[in-house]
Amino acid sequence: MQHARKIGAPILTVEGVSLAFGGVRALQNVSFDVREHEMRAIIGPNGAGKSSMLNVINGVYHPQEGTVTFDGKVRHEQDPHEAAARGIARTFQSLALFKGMSVLDNLMTGRNLKMRTNLVLQAVRLGPALREEIEHRAAVERIIDFLEIQAHRKTPVGRLPYGLQKRVDLGRALAMEPRVLLLDEPMAGMNVEEKQDMCRFILDVNDQFGTTIVLIEHDMGVVMDISDRVVVLDYGRKIADGTPDEVRSNQAVIDAYLGVAH
Amino acid sequence: MCPLASWKTEMLKRNWPVVALIALLVAGLVAPLATGETPAGFYAEVLLGGLMTGVLYSLVALGFVLIFKASGVFNFAQGAMVLFAALSVARMAEVMPWWIAAALAVGIMVALAWLIERLVLRPLVNQEAIALLMATLGVTYFLDGFGQTVWGSDIYEINLGIAKEPVMVLENLFQGGILVNKEDFVAAVAAGVLVALLALFFQKTPTGRALRAVADDHQAAQSIGIPLNRIWVIVWSVAGVVALVAGVIWGSKLGVQFSISQVALKALPVVILGGFTSVPGAIIGGLIIGVGEKMAEVFLGPVLVKAFDLAGGGIENWFAYMLALLFLLVRPEGLFGEKHIDRV
Repeated sequence: MQHARKIGAPILTVEGVSLAFGGVRALQNVSFDVREHEMRAIIGPNGAGKSSMLNVINGVYHPQEGTVTFDGKVRHEQDPHEAAARGIARTFQSLALFKGMSVLDNLMTGRNLKMRTNLVLQAVRLGPALREEIEHRAAVERIIDFLEIQAHRKTPVGRLPYGLQKRVDLGRALAMEPRVLLLDEPMAGMNVEEKQDMCRFILDVNDQFGTTIVLIEHDMGVVMDISDRVVVLDYGRKIADGTPDEVRSNQAVIDAYLGVAH
Repeated sequence: MCPLASWKTEMLKRNWPVVALIALLVAGLVAPLATGETPAGFYAEVLLGGLMTGVLYSLVALGFVLIFKASGVFNFAQGAMVLFAALSVARMAEVMPWWIAAALAVGIMVALAWLIERLVLRPLVNQEAIALLMATLGVTYFLDGFGQTVWGSDIYEINLGIAKEPVMVLENLFQGGILVNKEDFVAAVAAGVLVALLALFFQKTPTGRALRAVADDHQAAQSIGIPLNRIWVIVWSVAGVVALVAGVIWGSKLGVQFSISQVALKALPVVILGGFTSVPGAIIGGLIIGVGEKMAEVFLGPVLVKAFDLAGGGIENWFAYMLALLFLLVRPEGLFGEKHIDRV
């Protein structure tokens, strides 16, 4: 697939990352890089360590070994909030939206980091605070238009169908205007039509906003169509890395997905 | 069956405990009047007294709910915070006008919130709920004791400069009129304004939105860049200010003494009744229990004495807990709480 944007230098580099939970070794010596404006996929069978990898990048887990370099800086003990502040946004495999809040409010929380006025000004809704609120509201409205969820602006997210909730999850991450967007199985549990919609949105985000995207999927088909390069994990190890075509013909990948006769 | 009717039966099926409760409360409210033995003026006084106590229960319960929503911590120390705030105001007001003392006490409560976040919540983050509950128990006893160490253990008074003498009102409506305390009235209005301000803060400001987000899902809130630690300080500060208002009202009514700390225990049935995660639930639950226990004490007591030759009295002490127990049996999530459906 051809993209209008130009792929740049590596923005995110993972080097020799190992992560263990007690005796379970979730990741073993995994290295790869993600280039700016790239659409990068991490695939692998269930339990391959894909989500762990994402959680390491986003600071939920701290690896025992190895480093994650983002934008030229290594941070060892960053937590998710710092990662967010540095421009790493994410969506969740099992939805983690604020279910009781409206779509609009969910997206507005994504602007939280960009809010500068203090509590007192906010409380009286005066001057800068009001101007700021209007600015952020405008940014969020653009995302609502982009994701075609205008009709659901005021609906509590918990009442929306699954496919739309996934879209709101994406929207909330987009509202942060991230440099790198981590998507944890954005197509999981969707029907064909919803999958197609989601693919289109992800491609458009990459194309129009130039956002670097790291995408986890366990369904190989979808990913191969839309990504520039693919990392394949199996039992916590990297077994392949390259363009979709290279990966597709790799014997280790075929074995991992189809199983090998022992 | 027409759709509307079937919808109605469906609602009734699901909410029958609430319907039953409301029926019971209304029956209890009407019964004393229906017997014809109770003077209307006296009845109104009991009702108002109950509402007044209810407002205080609501304020304490509100503190519980705020903290529980935002940090998932059941803060046993809410009552101790009420006492500590009241003590601070009472003692500082001895050397300065009460409103300056109250403003300073706000500062103290914010500092306390900051300390609790630093020394208790942050080290215990991601621990079991029981560990956090034990920690707040520790905070409770520490605050009770520390309050005595700093401010002393006598009974102190808070004088807000409002006349305490009851006034007769509505003499045309009721025979002999009813006695109303001006201070009670001011207190109720102040509590109402506070609750309205909190509602606006939560619904309309970006910080309020962040607070709701944290209450909804910690992990997601963190990964979109909402700083949990700062949010916790804000929530505990707000709970501290709510405790302060409750403490000042209570203290000016009955004097500041150790027993204030026990009010918190009455707030437990209130939050069970209203729902642990519901702000309106805390308020309505407080009013229901305040009125309910007063009514039961005054009107049900004598009936029991007559019917069973009991000593009567003491109903006020257990009424709230029995009501909460009933609710735990038939509707554990409370009147307005979120129903938890766990996927198995």
